[in-house]
Amino acid sequence: MKIIACIKQVPDSEAKVKVENGQITWGESPLVINPFDEYAVEGALQQKEAHSGTVTALCIGPESAKEALKYALAMGADDAILISDPALEDIDSIGAARVLTAAIQKIGGVDMVMFGRQTLDNGTGLTPAQTARFLGWPMLGWVGRITVEDGRVTVERVLEEGRQIVKAKLPAVLSIVQSIGEPRYPSFMGIRRASKATIPVWTLADLGLSAPTAAVKRVEIMNPPVRETVCQIITGDTPEAIAEALVEKILAEKVL
Amino acid sequence: MKTWVYIDHFKGEVQPSSWEALGLGKTFDSVTALVFGSGVETLVKAAFEYGADEVIVVDHPELGDYRAEPYASTLSALASSHTPDLILLPTTARTRELSAMAAVDLNSGVLTDVTAVEVNGDQIVFTRPIYEGKVLEKTICTARPIFVALRARSFPKPPRQEGRSGPVIRAEAKVDAQSIIAGYSTTEASVNLGDASVIVSGGRGVSNNPALGLDEKATAQKGFELIGELAAVLGGAVGASRAAVDAGYISYAHQVGQTGKVVSPDLYIACGISGAIQHLVGMRNSKLIVAINKDPEAPIFQQAHYGVVGDLFQIVPALIAAFKKRLGK
Ligand SMILES: Cc1cc2nc3c(=O)[nH]c(=O)nc-3n(C[C@H](O)[C@H](O)[C@H](O)COP(=O)(O)OP(=O)(O)OC[C@H]3O[C@@H](n4cnc5c(N)ncnc54)[C@H](O)[C@@H]3O)c2cc1C
Repeated sequence: MKIIACIKQVPDSEAKVKVENGQITWGESPLVINPFDEYAVEGALQQKEAHSGTVTALCIGPESAKEALKYALAMGADDAILISDPALEDIDSIGAARVLTAAIQKIGGVDMVMFGRQTLDNGTGLTPAQTARFLGWPMLGWVGRITVEDGRVTVERVLEEGRQIVKAKLPAVLSIVQSIGEPRYPSFMGIRRASKATIPVWTLADLGLSAPTAAVKRVEIMNPPVRETVCQIITGDTPEAIAEALVEKILAEKVL
Repeated sequence: MKTWVYIDHFKGEVQPSSWEALGLGKTFDSVTALVFGSGVETLVKAAFEYGADEVIVVDHPELGDYRAEPYASTLSALASSHTPDLILLPTTARTRELSAMAAVDLNSGVLTDVTAVEVNGDQIVFTRPIYEGKVLEKTICTARPIFVALRARSFPKPPRQEGRSGPVIRAEAKVDAQSIIAGYSTTEASVNLGDASVIVSGGRGVSNNPALGLDEKATAQKGFELIGELAAVLGGAVGASRAAVDAGYISYAHQVGQTGKVVSPDLYIACGISGAIQHLVGMRNSKLIVAINKDPEAPIFQQAHYGVVGDLFQIVPALIAAFKKRLGK
């Protein structure tokens, strides 16, 4: 089984991201593998363990994004590829999907492509389905469990309406959610191996693509309005007294 | 500006934010609503009553279960023959896929989680949160049609006008599904956090009933029973922190926060939730936030408007009783 886990590098989930002098900054916070994508790597490794095969981590980003790929290697991915090109700086989700599709086709013989549900930065959640569309493969989104048998995949999708069991033929594109299980921590051996790995860098020319033009363009960034809240602590002699006082307050706010 | 609104539904149950999209569309121009599915006449009627001026219906047995491929192919075929400028949708797991794929077919663009739209002549500017709402961006899209997926509860829901109707156009389905739906698990109730006006959430604290012994799992379920009961009294939905989901107390679909759902109800009651940043980014835009936590130092109190420092196993039952009394239930 040949599996690709698509990952992205983003500011850490605790980062205080803000706009400063017209730029998005996150201070000293580190860049990390997108937390949703750890589930994709975890899902890919689970399938590799169940059926043998390889897991390749694939990332579009600057040279520094190699660190995110090394994290995937340390978790247990077999190899990693970075797609990096100055022309990719302002791509939109369709542009990213087009580039990933070309890379997946160049790798060849792929059975499953796994994504996280969305990224912490742009958060559009569009790229998995767009990649599936370009590839012409089935899209199985929000997957929490995977079984593969005889070239068919059965997944459990974790949706607001409940869990849905869906079957499709391989190859397929999946987006993986938290129910797949806690992403494994990099092992000591894994970290050693990752630190020694050389990660090939593919440019647009290597993929036979010209520079994409993005239809979706950012024209302005801003900080959201600050919200000053002062918490009023409700006290009372008994839980009943507290509850009654709190209910009064809530009803007076007219939110019900 | 030719405006379409896609009515998102699950087996005939409309995602209420579809009507918010209809309401927004009406502020630009007359609106054509799109209803796809199998046996969807009641949805067509509802679309007119919420303001659609025309409805395009694609009714086909193969569309009975939503699947991304046939829905996207049907949508992009219609859009390429009718050339709308805007296609508005609510942002759901389904519409992210649908708009993503249709935009590939039409070589266009999608904006998700849109919270504001400004029209300045030919230019339309969309506001949407990025970095989990820590930053806002304004974007434009140079291709047409623009798929605009709105964040739930960001635009007013139009009033329903009983008996309103209009012309119906019947169109062909493209049936190219690449997957089979083998079943639904019915053990879990469905949850619609995005549209809920009241959410009562439980965290790790629901497994910590000081009055009980060690059997964590059993007490946890008791804790969520209380959360569920309070939510029911208020007509709201049940949310959860990741700690509660990871511990297996409740399914992932209930999770609020960075790796769960982003919500903005009128009232959010957090019970036994500490208020980690990854939880806060999912709920801090709620109109009124109430926190119940036994730790006075819990960071959730910094985001809350009202707080109770106490044991949720005592406070929540008292709250249920007090609300029942005041709301006449
Ligand atoms: C990448 C990443 C993504 C994440 N995404 C999410 C996300 O989407 N959503 C999310 O919620 N978290 C998320 N987290 C986890 C987050 O950091 C916290 O670990 C989590 O929110 C903690 O949940 P909690 O508040 O229920 O538990 P805790 O932090 O353990 O807090 C439990 C609280 O309950 C209180 N308590 C205990 N017993 C009682 C009682 N009887 N009565 C009243 N109060 C009581 C305690 O005082 C405490 O404050 C994410 C973390 C990471 C690293």
